[in-house]
Amino acid sequence: MTESVEREEVLRVEGLRVYFPVKSRGVFPRTVGQIKAVDGVDLSVDRGETLGLVGESGCGKSTTGRAILRLIDPTAGHVVINGTDVAGMSRRQLRPVRKQAQMIFQDPYNALNPRHTVGAIIGAPFKIQKIDPPGGIRTAVQEIMERVGLNPEHVNRYPNEFSGGQRQRIGIARAIALRPRLIICDEPVSALDVSIQAQILNLLQDLQEEFKVSYLFIAHDLAVVRQIAHRVAVMYLGHIVETAPRSVLYSEPMHPYTNALLSAVPVPDPRVQSERERILLGGDLPSPLNPPSGCVFHTRCFIAQDRCRTEVPQMRTMAPDHEVACHFPITEPLKGGVIHGPDPGLTAPLPGEPGYWSETVTDLGGVGSPRLDSANSTDEGI
Amino acid sequence: MGGYVVRRVLIMLLLLLLLSFTVFVLFSLLPADVARLTCGKICTPETIEANRIRLGLDKSVIEQYWIFLQGLVLGRTYGQGPGAIVCNAPCLGYSFTRQEPVLKLILDRLPATLFLALGAFVLFLIGGVALGVYSALRRGRWQDKTVMGISLIGYSLPSFFIGLVVIYFVIIRWQLLPFPSYVNPWVDPLQFLQTMILPWLVLAVLYAAFYTRLTRSQMLETLNDDYIRTARAKGLPESVVIRKHALRAGLTPIVTAAGLDFAGLLGGAIILETIFSLPGLGSLAVSAVLSPDLPILVGVTLITASFIIIANLVVDLLYAVIDPRVRLA
Amino acid sequence: MSAFLEVKDLHVSFPTGDGVVRAVDGLSFSVEKGKTLAIVGESGSGKSVTAQAVMGLLNRNFADITGQVWLDGQDLLAMSDDQVRELRGESMAMIFQDPMSSLHPFYRIGDQLMEAVRIHHKVSKSEARERAIDALRQVGIPAPERRVDDYPHQLSGGMRQRVMIAMALINSPQLLIADEPTTALDVTVQAQITELMLKLQAETGTTLMIITHDLGVVADMADEVTVMYAGRAVEMGTTDDIYYRPEMPYTLGLLASVPRLDSDLSERLDPIPGNPPSLINLPRGCVFSPRCTFKGEVADNRCATERPELLASTPGHLVRCHLNAAQRQAARESTT
Repeated sequence: MTESVEREEVLRVEGLRVYFPVKSRGVFPRTVGQIKAVDGVDLSVDRGETLGLVGESGCGKSTTGRAILRLIDPTAGHVVINGTDVAGMSRRQLRPVRKQAQMIFQDPYNALNPRHTVGAIIGAPFKIQKIDPPGGIRTAVQEIMERVGLNPEHVNRYPNEFSGGQRQRIGIARAIALRPRLIICDEPVSALDVSIQAQILNLLQDLQEEFKVSYLFIAHDLAVVRQIAHRVAVMYLGHIVETAPRSVLYSEPMHPYTNALLSAVPVPDPRVQSERERILLGGDLPSPLNPPSGCVFHTRCFIAQDRCRTEVPQMRTMAPDHEVACHFPITEPLKGGVIHGPDPGLTAPLPGEPGYWSETVTDLGGVGSPRLDSANSTDEGI
Repeated sequence: MGGYVVRRVLIMLLLLLLLSFTVFVLFSLLPADVARLTCGKICTPETIEANRIRLGLDKSVIEQYWIFLQGLVLGRTYGQGPGAIVCNAPCLGYSFTRQEPVLKLILDRLPATLFLALGAFVLFLIGGVALGVYSALRRGRWQDKTVMGISLIGYSLPSFFIGLVVIYFVIIRWQLLPFPSYVNPWVDPLQFLQTMILPWLVLAVLYAAFYTRLTRSQMLETLNDDYIRTARAKGLPESVVIRKHALRAGLTPIVTAAGLDFAGLLGGAIILETIFSLPGLGSLAVSAVLSPDLPILVGVTLITASFIIIANLVVDLLYAVIDPRVRLA
Repeated sequence: MSAFLEVKDLHVSFPTGDGVVRAVDGLSFSVEKGKTLAIVGESGSGKSVTAQAVMGLLNRNFADITGQVWLDGQDLLAMSDDQVRELRGESMAMIFQDPMSSLHPFYRIGDQLMEAVRIHHKVSKSEARERAIDALRQVGIPAPERRVDDYPHQLSGGMRQRVMIAMALINSPQLLIADEPTTALDVTVQAQITELMLKLQAETGTTLMIITHDLGVVADMADEVTVMYAGRAVEMGTTDDIYYRPEMPYTLGLLASVPRLDSDLSERLDPIPGNPPSLINLPRGCVFSPRCTFKGEVADNRCATERPELLASTPGHLVRCHLNAAQRQAARESTT
């Protein structure tokens, strides 16, 4: 939990939207649809704080992270880093901002240029920002390597000579080199083995304590996020559905999706696991090309009612720092047994129906407006 | 799908118009005086001038092009009175050196080119794909290395060289085959085969080298795919895994290349047609360049370009047949 | 009950340009009929190679395989390729990690299911199709009579994994090997697939072998657990043995490294230091000793010089470690 006396906002995101146009193929491509990857996201991160951003694949969490650092251009919204709105900035104007905000990527195998030495990779930020550290870049690089647990003598080696965990340390060293105030960590440990994962999580925590850096920690693994985040935001289909301090989110989740997500994570303990209550969501994530009307979660929700199908729920503050976007937030703890969400047989759309899954993005001719009839209705499981 | 084809055909026609116009303008910029070249043995300034008017060369390039287009649709008459030459629609032009409509010349030459292309195509596709699969299945072993080595040689030898070597040994030294003399297959099938077998083989070797390499790399890629492991886990015999699962998945780039290569061959294998004295489009083009006979050149260029554009469309349609994820819209 | 699947002294190595990769080095285990064995390990532990060796999916031109794999009284490694192929998909089946790439993108799922039936059984196309539809219904695919004509790209990841399960179970195999069956799926879909596999196993009595790195999945599904490290089993026992009475320092470290939803919020993770060894150049003594924090407790530096044997600590609970019982007890208490 944040115990900072004076809160100092390092990042504020307001109304962030990232839409990707879907084009038909051929000689004259036409825009035939829009993927609303991020659809109105608000969040903020304080100095020295870690905000966990969790959600399943396709929920828009990575796109959010990339849009904040302008690796993708946002369609709309504001991104304020250290008091500067970067959303409309040109590439040149962005350069000084990059000194303050860095990124760590998921795949330690692809994120590093195999033709550059580790020293060149970690030293690159100094060169780009034209900073001459006391004692020279090489010394600075070796100090950082030592700090992240790499052998400084390996400064002239190439990335392929390192294991996955060590490569992620190289990525962290590069990100931390200029002592930024914000680091966006995009699934930094999900490609790593459990024993290595723990090393990297601890390293990130140590660095935060030492440099008071803020993290936006993007991950799909709720247990990992719980380990490192002070506050957590849960994303579903381009929207943030719940935000709360860690202790609150994991013990008193209010959004039905957060409840389902938490109950789906297996605990490595057979007895606990056999006694836990479960909520089994039906179906899969609907296609973001054609999101459901009203509350985007209603097709899989186990407490959805008619209102959810038509009316978009707004973010509401239910308790200090605890915000939920749901018409019927869960305030009483759910009791025992297995709660089944709507049967996948009822929710999985068939060809021609909204949400029907297809990787081909050109056959959109037959997709109509979302259907609101009984095919999407739910068994009320509570 | 239907709408897609209509749209593609319209685009194709547009492309051909653009292309023919470009060809027309380019050829009109050539320094050769067509009126003079085509006026016959006794050329006086008057006959040249009369010829110029008869050919429409006194008009601007744009007007000439317009007349050419009209000729395509309506036919065209050169000159007036009893000496007039009628070129029926679709008129691609008239060759005054050969005294025949260009279209007839092309159609006369098309069979030889078509047979050459077709035979070589079948040979190099089957041979190349089979060798490629064989090589991929024996990756790294001596069979693979041998096939790859030979294909590299085939890939790098020029066609005139192989052609001449083959003629020298097979026909002149060993006299295994008579001198090539093209006849229609229905006139004398044996002589047809005797004439075609060498150019077929030479072309096939040249192209098969490329298809062997392409198929091999495609197969090596798909054999590592997860669904191949799934197919094996089902208990399918390896031959089915290769044929039904791996080969089909690796087919797309092979189809693309093969379609365009076939279209290219239809434009005439200039060097081989000349070496084996086949009366095809390639040798027609060569003699038209040497004359020079501009109407024939324009005609051959347009026909060849059309083949390539059509092949492109066919390849795209085949994509959709091979890969269900491709939707043509 | 006797063992339905028994692997004895399995060795798999791959000769490479850099040296011989010893992927599996003397592995023995067995599963009783209808039970679930989980093989747990991190990348490079040899767990997936073991699964593929049992299924006969390793190309023997590139892999040296020795040992015995007994399935229902037959040694698969002594059989011809063709004999093993006939068992594959019929007596033993396998599902894989990534459902997005495990189905052939160019064929309808119905055709892929029917192919699995017709390769082993002489049935008509229409009957095979009926079986395909039944199999899809069994794994909870909605409207199977329509879905059967879908192409894989028209299904979501969770649906595709259901199709893979349907395809594996369509010939009612007695052994099902699941190689990281939920790893590539989203959490909520993971829960669906885990539930489905448990339900199907209860219905069919199939013997299940799960290959995974996810200790949560193991807790959900397994009866017995084999923990692998660097190509060998380092600890084997019942699920309770492994979770509540672990003895090998690697197992202890693994359990302490996993972030849990029910842990104390103030606790930091306790990672295993260092990195896994290279399989080409394994440590001389215990393969885990370079990362082991307890190796100092064993006299004469034996951990670095002498390979420990896999020995029973209690009946059915095998541990490969030089620490004595008291030291192991102390080690467990210090990490939990």
